[in-house]
Amino acid sequence: MNAQIPLSSYTMTADGRKIGAVLMEMKNITLRFGGVKAITDISFDIREGEIRSIIGPNGAGKSSMLNVISGFYVPQEGEVWFRGARRPQMKPYEVARQGIARTFQNIALFDGMSVLDNIMTGRLTLMKTGLLAQSFWWGSAEREETAHREKVEKIIDFLEIQAIRKTPVGRLPYGLKKRVELARALAAEPKLLLLDEPMAGMNVEEKEDMCRFILDVNDEFGTTIALIEHDMGVVMDLSDRVVVMDYGKKIGDGTPDEVRNNQAVIDAYLGVSHE
Amino acid sequence: MPETVFYALEVMLNGLMAGIMYALVALGFVLIFKASGIFNYAQGVLALFAALTLVGIMEGQVPFAHLINAIFGTSFHTFGFKVPALVAILITAAIMTLLAVLVERYILKHLVNQEPIILFMATIGLAYFLEGFGDVMWGSDLKSLDVGLPKGIDETIESLTSDWFGYGFFIDRLDIVAAIVAALLVAALTLFSQYSKQGRALRAVADDHQAALSVGISLRFIWVLVWSIAGIVALVAGIMWGSKSGVQFSLSLIALKALPVLMLGGFTSIPGAIVGGLIIGMGEKLFEFLIGPLVGGATENWFAYVLALVFLVFRPQGLFGERIIERV
Ligand SMILES: Nc1ncnc2c1ncn2[C@@H]1O[C@H](COP(=O)(O)OP(=O)(O)OP(=O)(O)O)[C@@H](O)[C@H]1O
Ligand SMILES: [Mg+2]
Repeated sequence: MNAQIPLSSYTMTADGRKIGAVLMEMKNITLRFGGVKAITDISFDIREGEIRSIIGPNGAGKSSMLNVISGFYVPQEGEVWFRGARRPQMKPYEVARQGIARTFQNIALFDGMSVLDNIMTGRLTLMKTGLLAQSFWWGSAEREETAHREKVEKIIDFLEIQAIRKTPVGRLPYGLKKRVELARALAAEPKLLLLDEPMAGMNVEEKEDMCRFILDVNDEFGTTIALIEHDMGVVMDLSDRVVVMDYGKKIGDGTPDEVRNNQAVIDAYLGVSHE
Repeated sequence: MPETVFYALEVMLNGLMAGIMYALVALGFVLIFKASGIFNYAQGVLALFAALTLVGIMEGQVPFAHLINAIFGTSFHTFGFKVPALVAILITAAIMTLLAVLVERYILKHLVNQEPIILFMATIGLAYFLEGFGDVMWGSDLKSLDVGLPKGIDETIESLTSDWFGYGFFIDRLDIVAAIVAALLVAALTLFSQYSKQGRALRAVADDHQAALSVGISLRFIWVLVWSIAGIVALVAGIMWGSKSGVQFSLSLIALKALPVLMLGGFTSIPGAIVGGLIIGMGEKLFEFLIGPLVGGATENWFAYVLALVFLVFRPQGLFGERIIERV
């Protein structure tokens, strides 16, 4: 059994952010693809307000874990607990509606739509007016649309992408696409934000921007963030706690300092360069 | 201006009107193809089924009358009342929506992530099933459909053009109505897809399934939605075509004309379906008028396909389709 943290209590981080109760807990998750075991009996939790990283060499099963959390993969064994209740098996869209937003390692945007439209789709789950209401009370639908637009414009300002608002996403360079994908996830005002390698393929400057955005999101909106990242410097700077995976198994879990000094981690991951 | 030029112009106008019908059917194809990548072979039969159902309801026909009478030795044929056209249209639209729900529940749901060819085969199966089902339900005789749309040559246009050009244009009122209805339908669809929550979700699904799921869109709901819309578009096509030439099996064959329309306009473009339909409708009438006599006529049977082939060679993605670029 894990030591249970009372729901009301929270701890302060060094930089004065609040880390609260357990928001999501993975219990003994095992995921297989045919004969391949992508995840073997892994347990860990994510607490409210924290930045939780998952690291590990290529093929360790990090993305698979994120896919289990977001409902894209269904584990053969184990339980997923969210906000204190066991989550029944859910479709990805149902998970999204519960307030869990995500980005993809390979970027999944709507290439035919403008940046603005892409981000607007992030708010679909929050839009109330239904089909019939929309056709009969055009006025109220319009008011709702305006309210959503205002929120989206704030996110656009926040992520500093005003200049490309109307650009079709397909034409953007890689780094900006990643930023738009983050914007779309943020538009859903998620409780939990899952980022699969948000900085992969970026230059130093872009990485610095992205780091700043992630920290600001966590700080200003109090969004809980779970992210996968290969850049060790970034991970150590950003994370409150880190899970280390290797060959589908969890080999370490703790604060950046603890993980850095964990011998198994040093052997399996930090010691050997996989990149 | 010489008489023949006016006559050619009249032929073109009439072709334009026929093209609207092709465009309507092609529109149904495009909607489903865009949202799900399924080439819906049953689109034409959907129009036939909708028209059959509409006539059946308006005439107060007892569904499955033949079957019931054969089993129980009774002789029901009608309920003995007529249903007003507007009410019957609404009921038929509801039935087309129900059909969409059933198609999703009993066919599409079980074929998620299958190859496009398998989904295509499934729609062929659906086409034959619906064709037979429509027959059993409403009988296979030729029915006339009259929902009260104006018909016949419009005398106002004839006399006006006769005053202006010295040549009276013969335009069927039904064609004019069809043009207006088609324009309204396209406008409504555009508004819906651009500005409504569901329309936005539909565009999202058409663009990227994975991304759509991640923003909380239910793919199953979207399948039902597009099949309902395609069913209602089929109903409109069925009403127009049925009012013109009666409701019978051949109605489902206009779907075959939709294929060249799609090749011309591109499989994923709504404006493409419209423009493609108009070009083919107009092109085949004009070709028949100009070249037909030289080659012994009946060019309307093949002109559309040849035109589509020529297009396939020079612009495989169609007029409006997205350029196909293979990643290597
Ligand atoms: N959809 C799938 N079907 C079959 N095997 C899969 C699938 N997804 C992942 N795997 C396998 O599961 C294992 C873990 O893959 P995963 O993508 O989770 O690794 P990762 O830690 O994210 O690696 P990377 O750092 O390269 O992104 C790999 O062996 C991979 O081939
Ligand atoms: Mg990965």
